[in-house]
Amino acid sequence: MIAFYALGLVLIASAIFTITQRSPVYSVVGLLVNFITLAALYFTLNAEFLGVIQLVVYSGAILMLFVFVIALLSSGIGPFSEGPNRLPRILAPALLAVVIAFGFLAFGVLHAPLGPRTASVGTVGSANVFGSVGDFGTALFTTQLLPFEITAFVLMVAVVGVVTIAGDASPSPTLGHHVRRKRGKEREPIVKAGR
Amino acid sequence: MTVDVSNYIALSAVMFFIGVAGVVLRRNPLIALMAIELMLNAANLALVAFARAWANNAGHVFVFLVVTVAAAEAAIGLAIVVAVFRRAKNVDVDEVARLHG
Repeated sequence: MIAFYALGLVLIASAIFTITQRSPVYSVVGLLVNFITLAALYFTLNAEFLGVIQLVVYSGAILMLFVFVIALLSSGIGPFSEGPNRLPRILAPALLAVVIAFGFLAFGVLHAPLGPRTASVGTVGSANVFGSVGDFGTALFTTQLLPFEITAFVLMVAVVGVVTIAGDASPSPTLGHHVRRKRGKEREPIVKAGR
Repeated sequence: MTVDVSNYIALSAVMFFIGVAGVVLRRNPLIALMAIELMLNAANLALVAFARAWANNAGHVFVFLVVTVAAAEAAIGLAIVVAVFRRAKNVDVDEVARLHG
């Protein structure tokens, strides 16, 4: 109980910190705290495999991607701080819309039948109870096999999409046909020796 | 579970709308993408809480799928940001309006 409120407080504080910082690097740090806190909340909900996945995939992979892109874009000129500050003009209507939408959601949650509230499951950490790695893996490879295959397909589409969008500006020896060729006699060999 | 599931849902809703506010109010596309990650994680928290309440791990599989989609979305979104920055040297989301019509 105390753990839930402490973790929830850190979760909300780090989320607000994330969206209010001026520098994206500080936002990444706030998001890191947010994700680690969320992993701890998953453990309090008996979802130990998902807690580990949260730490590995989000804190390890996705945030590292953000840090790399920030490092890439911030070298040289600062692209983020130009232009007039339009925040005061849009702040009031945007906050009004957010509050109204939150009101609808709160109304729905408070009037929804939430189902059984105290299903009993085993303790976190023991084998083959609800949410353990064995339980999750058995479901993933038997009854939930289609979502697993869709996961693989989504990742493949993402890889192809990223290479298509951002990967064609740097000529590489192995992708010779992507190099912009010169016409006529000026054409150089695509793959130079020793490159 | 000593904490009622509605507490987790309320926490999830608050976190989701912090993410909405971030997307609506910020002009930096990197921070907007981070706010989208916040919203996806808020949805994940609600899914895990309901999975715990019903003792049904289908919600866990759904969270697994959402994490994958979030990773793909972050990768493609950041690739678009890099591509726009390469062409325009300015990645303010209000300034990048070539498809505005």
